[in-house]
Amino acid sequence: MRARSVSMFYDLLIAPFIEFEFMRRALVGASALALAGSPLGVFLLLRRMSLTGDAMAHAILPGAAVGYLIAGLSLPAMTIGGLAAGLSVALLSGLVARFTALREDASLAGFYLMSLALGVTILSLRGSSVDLLHVLFGNVLALDEDTLLFLAGVSNFTLLALAAGYRALAMETLDPGFLSSVSKAGGPAQVLFLSLVVLNLVAGFHALGTLLAVGIMILPAASARLWSPDITRMTLIAALIGLVSSAAGLLLSYHFNLPPGPLIVLTAGVWHVASMIFGLSGGYLRRLPPRRHLEA
Amino acid sequence: MSAALRIHDLTLAYDRHPVVHHLSGEIEQGALLAVCGPNGGGKSTLLKGIVGALQPIGGKVERLACDARAIAYLPQAADVDRSFPIDVFDMVAMGHWRSIGWFGGLSKTQSARVFDAIAAVGLTGFEDRPIGTLSGGQMQRVLFARLLLQDAPIILLDEPFNAIDQRTVSELLELVARWRSEKRTVIVVLHDLDLVRRVFPQTLLLAREKIAWGPTADVLRPENLLSARRMVEAFDREAHECERAA
Repeated sequence: MRARSVSMFYDLLIAPFIEFEFMRRALVGASALALAGSPLGVFLLLRRMSLTGDAMAHAILPGAAVGYLIAGLSLPAMTIGGLAAGLSVALLSGLVARFTALREDASLAGFYLMSLALGVTILSLRGSSVDLLHVLFGNVLALDEDTLLFLAGVSNFTLLALAAGYRALAMETLDPGFLSSVSKAGGPAQVLFLSLVVLNLVAGFHALGTLLAVGIMILPAASARLWSPDITRMTLIAALIGLVSSAAGLLLSYHFNLPPGPLIVLTAGVWHVASMIFGLSGGYLRRLPPRRHLEA
Repeated sequence: MSAALRIHDLTLAYDRHPVVHHLSGEIEQGALLAVCGPNGGGKSTLLKGIVGALQPIGGKVERLACDARAIAYLPQAADVDRSFPIDVFDMVAMGHWRSIGWFGGLSKTQSARVFDAIAAVGLTGFEDRPIGTLSGGQMQRVLFARLLLQDAPIILLDEPFNAIDQRTVSELLELVARWRSEKRTVIVVLHDLDLVRRVFPQTLLLAREKIAWGPTADVLRPENLLSARRMVEAFDREAHECERAA
């Protein structure tokens, strides 16, 4: 009986990764994204930029599409294109906010919508709808050696760069006025952060596609906020949720023969809903019963 | 006594409409100066000009005691995100930025100074409290503790006692007195004229133009206060270009 349940456990959770290389690659790729995405997501959340991440993800599309138009499904071409598009939209909306009456959210919305429409148009010039699906939703089960190395490289670089910029970024988020009165670090910290977000979204779209890449960043971070108010713990919890969701999403996709990208993000979504209900730090149930109050 | 700040024919403006108009004067090292005047009179704008957050469109501010980034500045509505997960100790420790920068750790002495500053504002025991749980007065104490750490030769406070209870005000004023005894230059924007008369030896009465600047008793005369009141809110969409020599 026990042997049978162990073997069932093995078949369900372990065997797919042991038997199939593409599953192992997918797990490594998704884990790399989840690890780097969690601290970025936490900062997006703290800076009230959760939707900015989403807008940036859309903005990447035309760059990737131009890369695709020139070189087909090529990793460097689509990466460079995506980075260029993402960074210029970030930069342009910053400039527009500074030099016109539009606020940053409005100008970002304008640029990302133009960018998205342009991207879809460019793709339709040459690509089939299969290609469009690939760019929009990625293909985590078809990660080749180069893409995998790229994802791992981006993940490592992100964690190191974020560690280096952490203090300035935290201060810029908490009290931008103070930071700008004592140093010039605010601007560089912001640019570093936005660049890392774009870089990770570009890395993410190879695996999850432009539309879902931001999911592995925001959902675990937003869930983690409901478990702890502490920034370090939030990041660790977010990473854990991201990793578990990656593995679980891949397994579900394997067993039920469904697309892996959406299932990874959906799994993270299940965690999110559970956190909203059960979260120890601001979850619904925690707030519900008026517990007896304290003396002081 | 040497000057800490020299203001030469300073004009500060938003969209070409001057808010501080042709202001000149000198602030001595160790001075304790109150800046008074009606709303819209340019008090906060003057502090922004001194700290370098707003570039003058005419004249200049000469900072003799230290460079602009060494000035400690507490803005009127400090744009602190109170929901950010940080505790009082770390918040106050931000005052060490100029010595620790992006990467430096806190030395033992520096940590001890953080604890001292927290003690000086009467918040001992609050070190681990998240800033989101503090009251308005406690938050203002935290901001003062951070100012203490900045160890700045020039300290600018913009209406620091707004919506703060009497006891907190008097305790924070003790810090101001301490800064003065340490020969720091302190400039405070205030509306409470009784407080100004009690505590501040020097006053600048500002209503876009300088109304009066000097010993507090001379500045806060009824005729000066009256003309300050008349000067305000004269924003004119069709205003002509100012012809006064720059």
